[in-house]
Amino acid sequence: MKPFEFLDCAAVPFPQANVDTDQILPARYLQKPRSDDFGAYLFRDLRLRKDGSLEPGFVLDQAPYRDARILVAQRNFGCGSSREHAVWALYDHGFRAVIAPSFGDIFASNALKNGLLPVVLPEAAVAELLQSLEAKPGTRVKVDLVTQTVVASNSVTHEFPVDPFAKHCLINGLDELDYTLSQVQQVVEFERRREATTTRPGRPR
Amino acid sequence: MSDKSEPQTLFEKIWSTHRIMEREDGQVLLYIDSHLVQDGSAPAFEMLRRRGLAPRAPHRTFATPDHYVPTDSRDLNAMPDPEKRAMAQALMDDAARAGIPVFGLDDARQGILHVVGPEQGLSLPGTTIVCGDSHTSTHGALGALAFGIGATEVAHVLATQSLWQRKPKTMRITIDGALNLGVSAKDIVLTIIGRIGTAGATGHVIEYAGSTITGLSMEGRLTVCNMSIEAGARAGMIAPDDVTFEYLKDRPFAPSGKDWDEALTRWRALPSDPGASFDRELTLKGRDIQPMVTWGTSPEDVAPITGIVPDPGTVADAGRREALTRALAYMGLKPGTKLTDVAIDQVFIGSCTNGRIEDLRSAAAVIKDRKVAPGVVAWAVPGSGLVKAQAEAEGLDRIFTDAGFQWRYAGCSMCLGTNGDQVMPGKRCASTTNRNFVGRQGPGSRTHLLSPMMAAAAAVTGRFTDVRQLLAEAAA
Repeated sequence: MKPFEFLDCAAVPFPQANVDTDQILPARYLQKPRSDDFGAYLFRDLRLRKDGSLEPGFVLDQAPYRDARILVAQRNFGCGSSREHAVWALYDHGFRAVIAPSFGDIFASNALKNGLLPVVLPEAAVAELLQSLEAKPGTRVKVDLVTQTVVASNSVTHEFPVDPFAKHCLINGLDELDYTLSQVQQVVEFERRREATTTRPGRPR
Repeated sequence: MSDKSEPQTLFEKIWSTHRIMEREDGQVLLYIDSHLVQDGSAPAFEMLRRRGLAPRAPHRTFATPDHYVPTDSRDLNAMPDPEKRAMAQALMDDAARAGIPVFGLDDARQGILHVVGPEQGLSLPGTTIVCGDSHTSTHGALGALAFGIGATEVAHVLATQSLWQRKPKTMRITIDGALNLGVSAKDIVLTIIGRIGTAGATGHVIEYAGSTITGLSMEGRLTVCNMSIEAGARAGMIAPDDVTFEYLKDRPFAPSGKDWDEALTRWRALPSDPGASFDRELTLKGRDIQPMVTWGTSPEDVAPITGIVPDPGTVADAGRREALTRALAYMGLKPGTKLTDVAIDQVFIGSCTNGRIEDLRSAAAVIKDRKVAPGVVAWAVPGSGLVKAQAEAEGLDRIFTDAGFQWRYAGCSMCLGTNGDQVMPGKRCASTTNRNFVGRQGPGSRTHLLSPMMAAAAAVTGRFTDVRQLLAEAAA
């Protein structure tokens, strides 16, 4: 994972609730290898017409948002399927943070493991942010993981929560697995302790 | 470790016995008893390979391909798309390399993981179960803590047999009383999702309780827990009882002999203690639950079959109004339309939600001596090879095919169309699956979620129909 850097860029307003991972990355791209540019599949059915040309009304490809690295949406973003590909699509497109009042649990977990920061802000703060982004497309937003703050121009600063360990991994570009592997003796001891006392699937008869 | 004198919930009992260690930030390294892998797992195996790691506990891992397998034959080579074929093949190769037990397409026991796990006795009370698929919540019906994870976490579990988790909150949903005729487990869970919304249980593990739940068969319980994720829940679970034990006894992977007796003693201690507290509680009455059908593009967009398509004009919240308008435009529905006036093009009976023997029986009972309505394409796709064999032994396949249904091989199939089984653009499908998202069953597909009985009723009438009417006619 690449280290998460301070963001100061345009943010895309996506004022919808319950954006599911089938929308973010349609199932027919799930068999594509990770080496593909999943950004090309991001919001595919909303973003492209049947003939493959860009849907002119879709926000993502509008001029002010070409270099946007932040997406702002409403509650329950990333609900549904556990497909990590949804995170890959957002990341490959260039997004490094999604701001919303809440996220699907699995999506948020997947995001943190891939350098995409899920920023939870209160509903009112998100509404205000969306309003300012829509009023003035291209409005810059700063996301600072070190201080755990979001600030849009002409707006107040909002603090957001993040798990300290996930923050540590994001800032330093570390993988959780490396840490767990360094603790693997604990797993071994746990297995030894409970081997005799608990149920586990038997062998097929 | 928790204080033994404090009353504990079923969830807390499993959580506390699977804690390996706790990190400074409060996350717990949870031991994983069983890891199910399907044919979407290739990226996770690839992550492992890149690090030079091999699966740590192949004997705690189990594989069967379900997402990419064809349902019109058992020949992987007959699949036209080489990328899809490669996904199913990769699972077979990765499993063989690692020594992971696998049921391939040539094995009658192959099927949807969330059908096969319980069926084989792999999913056991008191255990932790994960799988790179959000519907892993299904296995909680047996009193397990089971939840879906992403590809990086699949790789983490393969490498370490453990997973970092922040302790979720708990929510108990208690439903009491008998269900009315024509009402099934699917209607229970759709009613719950309609009530609390698709984010209603985010961050929570749901325990379903009450006489309506304990009165369900294991198949029904699996259906309820399956769709916990559609309420946003991390997991859904039901306390193990005699129904559970009866179901598990003599299953191939379940403990046997002396091990069974010992397991039974442990399992009987699992149910939530009297007085155990939950972060949230919800109660419903079984008799209030009606046959349900979704009308929108989220599982929370649901109404009783006696209802109508809602009018966005009556919704005060602007965001919700826009979402509703968008959903109705996509679904091609006009506000105020009676749900029973909506005609359908396709029917799909199957999936990890409703692909079990009881589901096929209940649908067949409605279809028997009737025909699929003209112009309607109807499929029945059993959840596993063994469900298919059982149904055929009972003659259910004949009831389906005599009515005009296609009777196919086991797999996820049209639930999400990854194998190519799709609903065509603009077509309306009465589906026993779990998600009615935009494009879920294929680009432009219009999905309505309902129970197997209700799907059967729609198949024979060509429109959404209150199955209670058909059952009354049959009884008369």
